[in-house]
Amino acid sequence: MIQVFAFYLFATLCILSGAVTILARNPVHSVLWLILAFFNAAGLMVLVGAEFIAMLLVIVYVGAVAVLFLFVVMMLDIDFAELRAGFVKNFPLGIALAVVLFVELFVGLVVHGAGGIALGTPDGSAAPLANVSNIEAIGALLYSRYLFLFEAAGIVLLVAMIGAIVLTHRQRGGTRGQNVSKQNARRPQDATINMQPESGKGVVL
Amino acid sequence: MIGIEHYLVVSSILFVLGVLGIFLNRKNVIIILMAIELILLSVNLNLVAFSAFLHDLVGQVFAMFVLTVAAGEAAIGLAILVIYFRGRGTIAVDDVNRMKG
Repeated sequence: MIQVFAFYLFATLCILSGAVTILARNPVHSVLWLILAFFNAAGLMVLVGAEFIAMLLVIVYVGAVAVLFLFVVMMLDIDFAELRAGFVKNFPLGIALAVVLFVELFVGLVVHGAGGIALGTPDGSAAPLANVSNIEAIGALLYSRYLFLFEAAGIVLLVAMIGAIVLTHRQRGGTRGQNVSKQNARRPQDATINMQPESGKGVVL
Repeated sequence: MIGIEHYLVVSSILFVLGVLGIFLNRKNVIIILMAIELILLSVNLNLVAFSAFLHDLVGQVFAMFVLTVAAGEAAIGLAILVIYFRGRGTIAVDDVNRMKG
């Protein structure tokens, strides 16, 4: 019973915060609602026993991606009212498209309820091990059968990191830096000169 | 009782919300990126639900890879957004067509 209650709580909050994310006027509020949506999706995943993915969702999305979004939203000085100009104009088309998409997905679900198409059953080679926690079972699978895919994921992250750095790095011209060797080579007798010019004549420096 | 269908309904609603967000906020790239994150979240929810339904952990492993790609996509997207803003002073995507050629 408590599972049913928890499911409906998480599902309702997840959908509501997802809706507010795309409707909010202020993008900062959007990011915060997105964080709530991710938290509730993580709750939904915990309910089916996928704790590792749920915690990964919280750490990666809330800890990294959402903070990245917040940084960018706050860093850029943007007139957000102007960006919402087409909102009302796009509303009918957007709603129509959303309804069509949802009806399609829902029809698929209803048909599935009448008896799904059998695409075969899992061969059990990746079944969760008995008496082992979720994270341990995933680790056993990830570091053996999916090792190369795991390393490919690492390469994807590396490329994304280098790409982001290369894109946003900027070399600023026109700044004057310190020349350390020139400073160290400077001696007092070069820096000050005694001169006794005749009156009415200038000094050549 | 809660079955796989409940999870699929939640995930399809989230997916549709993501698509709707892209259509409603056609000018604001930041919200569009957030809508894409919502779509990927619904995909992950679907994968995890089927993983639990079929007693097959591959779904959860795959959800992790989707998460990786989503994180990389957000980082690159926001980096492109920052340099776009630096050059133009606005992030309205209506007039991106100036970039062609």
